[in-house]
Amino acid sequence: MNTKINIAGVEFKNPVMTASGTFGSGMEYSEFVDLNRLGAVVTKGVSNVPWPGNETPRVAEVYGGMLNAIGLQNPGIDVMCKRDLPFLADFDTKVIVNVCGKSISDYVEVVDRLADEKGVHMLEINVSCPNVKEGGIAFGQNPDALFEITKEIKKHARQPIIMKLSPNVTSIAEMAKAAEAAGSDAISLINTITGMKIDIYRRKFAIANKTGGMSGPAIKPVAVRMVYEASHAVKIPVIGMGGISNAEDAIEFIMAGATGVAVGAMNFHNPYATVEVVEGIEKFMKEQGIEDINDIIGCV
Amino acid sequence: MAKKKKICAKVVSQRVISEGVMDMLLKTSLAEDANPGQFVGVYTKDKANLLPRPISICEFDKDDQTLRLVYRIAGKGTAEFALYGTGEVVDILGILGNGFPLDKAKDKKVLVIGGGIGVPPLLGLSKELKKENTDVTMVMGYRNADTFLSSEFENCGKLLIATEDGSVGTKGNVIDACRENGVKADVIYACGPMPMLRGVASYAKEIGAKAYLSLEERMACGVGACLGCICKTKNTDEHSHVKNARICTDGPVFDADDLDI
Repeated sequence: MNTKINIAGVEFKNPVMTASGTFGSGMEYSEFVDLNRLGAVVTKGVSNVPWPGNETPRVAEVYGGMLNAIGLQNPGIDVMCKRDLPFLADFDTKVIVNVCGKSISDYVEVVDRLADEKGVHMLEINVSCPNVKEGGIAFGQNPDALFEITKEIKKHARQPIIMKLSPNVTSIAEMAKAAEAAGSDAISLINTITGMKIDIYRRKFAIANKTGGMSGPAIKPVAVRMVYEASHAVKIPVIGMGGISNAEDAIEFIMAGATGVAVGAMNFHNPYATVEVVEGIEKFMKEQGIEDINDIIGCV
Repeated sequence: MAKKKKICAKVVSQRVISEGVMDMLLKTSLAEDANPGQFVGVYTKDKANLLPRPISICEFDKDDQTLRLVYRIAGKGTAEFALYGTGEVVDILGILGNGFPLDKAKDKKVLVIGGGIGVPPLLGLSKELKKENTDVTMVMGYRNADTFLSSEFENCGKLLIATEDGSVGTKGNVIDACRENGVKADVIYACGPMPMLRGVASYAKEIGAKAYLSLEERMACGVGACLGCICKTKNTDEHSHVKNARICTDGPVFDADDLDI
């Protein structure tokens, strides 16, 4: 039985990854799961300098999921290189660093800084965070802007890049095509869906930022649809995510066309979720007589 | 520190101790790792609720392996917990956070201040301090004469009560009660709403005491990964490299001098 997948020349022991921002750099969840079991750890977004993020409350629960507007708080690339990458180097898993910025030059600075980091196997470029005013989503909602930033980053990146797409667009296929045309090696989707919650007793927004990105099981059908549409629009591999709770959900994404899958908000509900998805996929393959996970990618 | 786990606990008993306030005793091996001021995440059975509810540990018994949680019914999750009877199985995540730094109380005059649903974790703390024969004064603030847990605090040392409606003790808040009684201390431990904690921090300055405050905030992961529950700090810290500490893992108890609240 083969669970290995290949994305842009990088081999992953299985398709299961962590969704950026839900798993830190793996340190916190290494108390619960063996990181060696995962296909990849995808880090929380990192910028050229430390970012303080948004005001609190930053999170709110909604039916079947949650809203967050953390605002990409992160300690900056220097700390990532000094603390998080050496920590991850001790594990037999692939490392994908999620990169964020306010301008193209911000992104490029981080990408350049990571060029010689042997322990970083891929870069995921976050152009889809709905919670920061400048940069982020500004590049992720317009195909021309997405094309431009992808092309610029591709000039600098030593590792293969994954453009992470926003669901808050009219046509996900068009965005996927723009990323591919500009040379992106893969795409990942979906980032969170912009939402809002109001506390009717206090007559206030539940989140200080007013809007937040929705994640969790409730968004899964939207994510599966978008992964299906995107993977049929491009030839580059797709990493699917959005509301994956268990192996069945992950397999749904794979059958929709995803080569890799990522577990996000479910880590908060079940800190063992990532490894349970790995084991569940193996069990499913055995039960269904599937020899190679690659045989069921996009099989619907 | 002990490894965090998500495990099944069993409800030993549960009762109402005040209007909308429940007192639940859980049997769980997590009790072995508990310290006063720490908390657990409690999951609802309704899977539409994704996130664990952070609930402070009122008391723990390491030998009996029990955790006592006293919580207010504040939404649909806690409303579900309130329905649990003896024998109910519940998923919990713990032990979370750092407790009150008890070592700071050694040979010191200690003041313990609680307000509203910030009162419960101070009971376990006060009992622990009493065991060490610490000189403790406790000041608890309530809305009205429904002064839950107060009889248990009385067994730990000198107790002062403040009520908003003046029905018991000092009419006003906990700081009013401290002033009225001229309470002095070297070390203050406090838990309660943010306006109260700000009052405690400035009262501590007035009387020249060190204050350790237990904070709360909307939380998602509870283990330090999501950065949802931060509080502002005066200096950058080792983890964030910005002036934000994580309440779930760097706290919930902080040295008041480190906070920008």
